[in-house]
Order: sequence, then C-alpha cells, then structure tokens
Amino acid sequence: MDFNLSEEQLMLADTVQRFVEQEYEFEERKKLARTDRGYSELHWQTLSDIGLTGLLVPESFGGMGAGPQEALIVMEALGRGLVLEPLLSTAFVAVPLIARHGNKAQQQLLLPDIAQGRLRLAIASLEPEARFDLWQVATEARPQEGGRYLLQGRKTVVIQGDSAQQLIVSARTSGNSSDKDGITLFLVDAKAMGVTVKGFPNIDGHHSAEIFLNNVAVDGSAVLGEVGRGYEPLEWATDRGIAALCAEAVGTMAKLFDLTVEYLRTRKQFGQPIGRFQVLQHRATDMLVAVEQARSIALLAAARVDNPDPGSRRKAVSAAKSVVGRNGRFIGEQSIQLHGGMGMTDELAAGHYFKRLNCIDMTWGDSSHHQELYGDVM
Amino acid sequence: MDLNESAEEQAFRLEVRAFVRDQLPVEIRDKVLKFQHLEKSDYVTWHRILGARGWGAPTWPKEYGGTGWSGVQRVIFEQECMEAGAPRLLAAVNMIGPILMRYGTPEQQAYFLPKTRDMDIVWCQGYSEPGAGSDLASLRTRAERQGDHYVVNGQKIWTSLSLWADWVFALVRTSSEGKPQEGISFLLIDLNTPGITRRPIRMINGSMEFTEVFFDNVNVPASNLVHEKNKGWSVAKHLLVHERSAQADIGLCKRMLRRLKEVATTCLKRGRPLIEDQRFRDQVVRVEMDLLAHEWTLLRVLSMIANKRDPGPETFVLKLGATAIVQKASELLMECAGPDALPYVAEALHEGWQGDLPNALEIHTLAANYFDWRRISIYGGTSEVTKGIMSKMILGL
Ligand SMILES: Cc1cc2nc3c(=O)[nH]c(=O)nc-3n(C[C@H](O)[C@H](O)[C@H](O)COP(=O)(O)OP(=O)(O)OC[C@H]3O[C@@H](n4cnc5c(N)ncnc54)[C@H](O)[C@@H]3O)c2cc1C
Repeated sequence: MDFNLSEEQLMLADTVQRFVEQEYEFEERKKLARTDRGYSELHWQTLSDIGLTGLLVPESFGGMGAGPQEALIVMEALGRGLVLEPLLSTAFVAVPLIARHGNKAQQQLLLPDIAQGRLRLAIASLEPEARFDLWQVATEARPQEGGRYLLQGRKTVVIQGDSAQQLIVSARTSGNSSDKDGITLFLVDAKAMGVTVKGFPNIDGHHSAEIFLNNVAVDGSAVLGEVGRGYEPLEWATDRGIAALCAEAVGTMAKLFDLTVEYLRTRKQFGQPIGRFQVLQHRATDMLVAVEQARSIALLAAARVDNPDPGSRRKAVSAAKSVVGRNGRFIGEQSIQLHGGMGMTDELAAGHYFKRLNCIDMTWGDSSHHQELYGDVM
Repeated sequence: MDLNESAEEQAFRLEVRAFVRDQLPVEIRDKVLKFQHLEKSDYVTWHRILGARGWGAPTWPKEYGGTGWSGVQRVIFEQECMEAGAPRLLAAVNMIGPILMRYGTPEQQAYFLPKTRDMDIVWCQGYSEPGAGSDLASLRTRAERQGDHYVVNGQKIWTSLSLWADWVFALVRTSSEGKPQEGISFLLIDLNTPGITRRPIRMINGSMEFTEVFFDNVNVPASNLVHEKNKGWSVAKHLLVHERSAQADIGLCKRMLRRLKEVATTCLKRGRPLIEDQRFRDQVVRVEMDLLAHEWTLLRVLSMIANKRDPGPETFVLKLGATAIVQKASELLMECAGPDALPYVAEALHEGWQGDLPNALEIHTLAANYFDWRRISIYGGTSEVTKGIMSKMILGL
C-alpha cells in the first residue's frame, strides 16, 4: 500500500487546486451562488477542458479512464473551494453507471459528449415518501406496444437536477413500492413531453430539483441495463457518488479547519490571540482529529467502492458517509462557535462551509441512515 | 420540602395559559411555531395585547406600572407564553426597565419607563464592538463631555433588533485611566440623532434585523447618562445578574421539544411516523429527559429565590442546560426533514408566502432554524466564557 500520489495524480491535484485558487475567491463564489443558474458555464467548460467531466470516461470514448482514487483527489480539491459546478452527478455517478451498465449505443451517444462538457445528467432516484431509501420506488413504468414505456411519478430533491439535459430515472416495472427487484433505470430527456423540472437553490448554494413525470413516453432503447434489475447498478453508482462526496467533504472540512485555526491566531481578546485559551486549543485539536479520521475513512471508501463483495463495499461506503456526516457537523458547529458572532453572519466563509457540510450529510443518506445500512450487513 | 406546585401557582399557570390561548393572534403564533421570521409589528402587537391586560412589564414592580409578580410567577408566565408560541418580549422591557428603576434619575424614569412599557420606545443593547466581544471591558466607543452633552464616536456590532429600535442603551468609554472597567459609562442614545448610521448584517439564516451601528460625532445630552460617569460597568453587571433565571429559557426548550415531536410525527420513514423509528425516538426521548432535569434545576433555583437566597453563579447551570437542549432539538428537527432539508426557499421563512414548495412549508424552515440556533451558545456570553466564570466563581479554580 502506498498513500503517496503518483506523478500524474500530483499533476491532477495541482491543476484542480489552481482552478480553485484562480476562480473561487470567496466573494466571487458568493456572487455566483446568488445567480439564477448558481454556477458558471465558463467554469464548467474549463473543468471539462482540464479533463474533469471525462475523468472516469474510458479512454476509448475520449475520457481519462481514471477511477475512484482520482475522483477522490479531484473532489477533495473542489471541496476546499466550495465549487458550485454540477460535476458530481454527471462525472461521478452517471458516467460509471453508463460505462458499466449502458449498452454500446448508449455509451457512444453519451460518454463522448460528457467528456467534451456538452452533456449533463442527474440521477432522479429519491421520492417524496422514501427519505433516503433508493429502493422505495413508486414511480411506475408501464409497458406499451412496441416495447415503449410510460413513466408516471415524482422524484424529489434530485441533486443538480435543474441543470441536467438527461435524467436517469428509477422506475418500477414490477413488484411493489419497496421491493429491490422490479426497478428499472431509464434515460429520459429532461425536455421530453410530460417532464416538469422545478429547480431550487439549496441552502449551500448548490441546486436540486423536484421532477414530475406525467405519462412520459420512452422507447425501449431508453432502458439502462436490464429491465427489473436496476437496483444493484443504481446502488453501486450512487455509492461511487457517495465516495466522491466524502472526498469533497474532506476538502471542505480541511479548509474550514484551516480558516478556524487562522482565526484563533489572529482574533485577539483579553490582550491575546484567542488561540492561547486552552479550551480552544483542545477544541481545535478535536477538530483536527475529526478531519484526519474523515480523510482516512474517505480513502477506505475509495478503496472499496468497486469491491465485488457487496458487503465489503456497503460497509466501507456507509462507514465513510456516516463518519464524514458526523465529523463534518462537529467541525462546522465548532468552527461557528470559535468564530463567535462573526461565525453567525453570512459575510464570513465559515458559515458557507458549515452549510455545505450539512448538505453533504443530507445527500444520499445522512449519518444515521448509513449507520443503519452498515448495521444490516455487519 | 414540598415537591408540588402550590395551588396558587397552578391557578396562575392556568390563567396565563388560557389568556395566551385566547389572545395570541393565530398568524403570529404560527410564524413562531414554524420558525418563520417575525416582523417588528408582530412583537409590538403581542406586547400591546399583554399591555391591555396589565401584563406589559412582567418583571416590573407595581409602582412603575408593572405586574409586581414574584420570581416564580415570572418564570411561569414566560414559560406559558413561549411554549404557546408567543414572540419573546423585546429586550427593552426586562433589561432597561429594572436599570432605570434602580439607577435612573426621576426625570429619566418619568420619561422612559411609561414609553418603554407601552412600546412607544423600542430599545436595543449596544455593548459589543468588533474588538470587544467576550472581552467587553476593552470597548473603545468614546464619549467626551462638551458642555451639556457628550460627543460619541465609535462603532457597535451585533446589536439585536437595532434595525427596528428607536433608542440604544450603550456602554461607552469616558476615561482611559485605571482598570478598563473603571472608565465605562452607561448612556441612552436616540438612534435618530444625526451622525448615527446603521448597516444591516445578513445572518446565517438569512435574517437581517442585526446591524452594525456607527457613531460619528453624535451629540447626546448629558442628562442621558445613567448612574454616575465611569460607573457604567456596575450598571451593566446589575443587568446581567438580574433575571438570571430567564436564562433557563424553559418555555423555549419546551416549545422546541413539542415542535420536534410534532414534526417527527408528520415526517414518515418507510411509511411509519419517524417518531416510531427506534433510532430516532431514542434521541427525542433523551432530549425530553434532559429537559425534565433542566426544569427541576430551575425549580430549585426558584425555590432559592422565593426563600430570599441569591442563587448566584449556580444559575449558569441553567444557561448551559438550555443551550444543550435547544441546539440538540434544532438539530433533530433538521434531521426530520431528511433530503428535504436541502432546498432553501428564502420566502418560506416569511409569512404569507404561497409559492410552490417541494414539501410542506414548515419543512423548509428547519435547516435555517438549526443554523440560527448556533447563536444560543454565543450571545449573552459564549459557553466557553461562561464555563470559565463558573470554574472561577463556583469552584475557585
Ligand atoms: C445572535 C446574537 C445576538 C447578539 N445580540 C447582542 C446585542 O443585542 N447587543 C450586544 O451588545 N451584543 C450582542 N451580541 C454579541 C455577543 O454578546 C458576542 O458575540 C459575544 O459576547 C462573543 O463575542 P465575539 O462575538 O466578539 O466573540 P469572541 O469574544 O471573539 O470569541 C471568539 C471565540 O473565543 C472564545 N473565547 C473568547 N474569550 C475566551 C476566554 N477567555 N476563554 C476561552 N474562550 C474564549 C469564545 O468562546 C468564542 O468561541 C449578540 C451576538 C449574537 C451571536
């Protein structure tokens, strides 16, 4: 085992870091987050040009053919800058899903465009009554003549759903609403007849969408993977996304920790830097431990997310998401506390990092949800 | 020892409860319970309703137009009001009132007390400065005597409700000699005096009622000085000691817990109310148990007060207890929302918005509410500073 980055990996980390330093000055980010779109097309193209939209796209389709470790490196760097471009769903969930489970035609059609930055996707998996359970699918796909399907249902808080041109929708072709069998994945054009996408800014400046499917007609060629067997691929691809999200959280925590320590050094009360107070020193070291534990467990997730043994993968990914959620909240809360009144304002970066960490916890299963999933396979 | 609420206390509690139930406007109550932003008019309306009943100044003695209630009655009153969803009484009444009664000149009392009680003057508290938070005594806003007035220069920050306030009671530096505490005076300043500007500060939950207040050669009549020059620190201290039991925030704690149970009953997990999920239920139970302990700590303190014993710094236990309960309840409330905690619908935080939300309106205020309650461990003395004082004053460490 070797935790050192290879030369290429170092270059990758460096490139992304440079992007963050150049484009993500805090005040600029704040302005960007307040725009209607919530991100910049220009940045999106830059990210694509440096290879990030195609990071996981196989080389034969014009991508970099990289894996979960590179995803981790990239996402950690983006997490430090609270980058807003909707990379996660497209590059770290949709791509592996299509690359592993899509047919040749789908791969041809989608992957090169993704690598070029011309296409964004979102995963429309969660539903209003389902909380974080990917297997609770009430959205129906009714077979029609000629191998077509009619989709009917509602998807909720679809991460980055308002900027996607294509959706990957989980829908039920058989079984009842909480069976893992009988779920099928469909590629659906976001502009298709009967699709309504209602976008919302999230509390952290990212966007999500409520998606209504009202008798949406799709061809049989829209089926991604096998009919009735969509759950496993969906869970795996979401796990890929979770692993990437954990890495982002590590970057976010690390940066927030740095900001806090800097504040302890510079803020003076009672004639000395507040970092001289022992209680704050101890708090800061608790935060340091929390960052490092999160970093370690995010590495574990990246190492095991492709493990063929589903139990091993489940444990690693759920442990990572749970620890990251918990530690992220701890670091966020303490950072606000140590900033005093300043921490309570919208004007300082700390609050924005805190919000992102909370949103990460609430994405694809919070800390307690993943504790439960872990317990189920322990 | 008698561990039961007396018949009079119980009767009083029921009287207040019935009053609040019948008189608190539903729109105001709903905003409070659903964690929406309140307007100044909401506070004023509720205050006037209380005023009409003679309850506008619950902590004041009768001779100043107050209620003359005992410490126990005040706590019962606060608890019943807060729990039922009434807005908090504006700082003014409980804070500046007792100060003026104790230290004000007859003229100050005659002018300010009735206007304060009737909400014709809304006050804010101008202590903190950018460089003087926990270390309040290092404050630098200067007031220099020139003839029959003071000229004030400097800056205050974190002044709650200052966007709406008419007057500020401020700590200002009038001398740089001796210990820093010995050069501070307590001054009443009309916020509409020329030279004062207010800059709103946007807070983490999107609210804007805080401002930074700048003083640029502001003339304040010398007759607005409270108590003696350079004795402002002891005035402020008196205020801190006064109403320590209010820091128990028992009504707030109860309201948060009740709301938590309501929301956890409406939110579903696998088709069942979330509150039935053992994992979640255990956490709610824990908050409720902590609240019981907290409530009985408060009762002990009240009994000391009733027996004319000063509970002293032990009441800090109440402050820390309330902080833990409110913060945990607000966290669990956000967790109830699950994925629905993500969308930020700023408009949901305001009344009367009928827009198209992903979920029920009250779900979309839960995350902002969680962020907002980080403040309870910061304002009025941070938890760290509070613990420092406790270990010195109680433990002698
Ligand atoms: C919601 C809200 C409302 C407020 N309303 C008002 C108001 O109406 N009027 C008003 O005057 N002020 C108000 N304040 C200001 C409040 O009193 C201060 O924020 C508070 O005293 C802390 O000061 P600070 O923000 O400068 O933090 P700092 O004092 O800079 O503290 C930063 C960190 O250092 C820690 N620290 C500081 N000193 C010590 C020490 N000796 N030992 C250990 N740790 C220490 C603190 O605990 C904190 O974690 C309000 C604040 C908030 C958040």
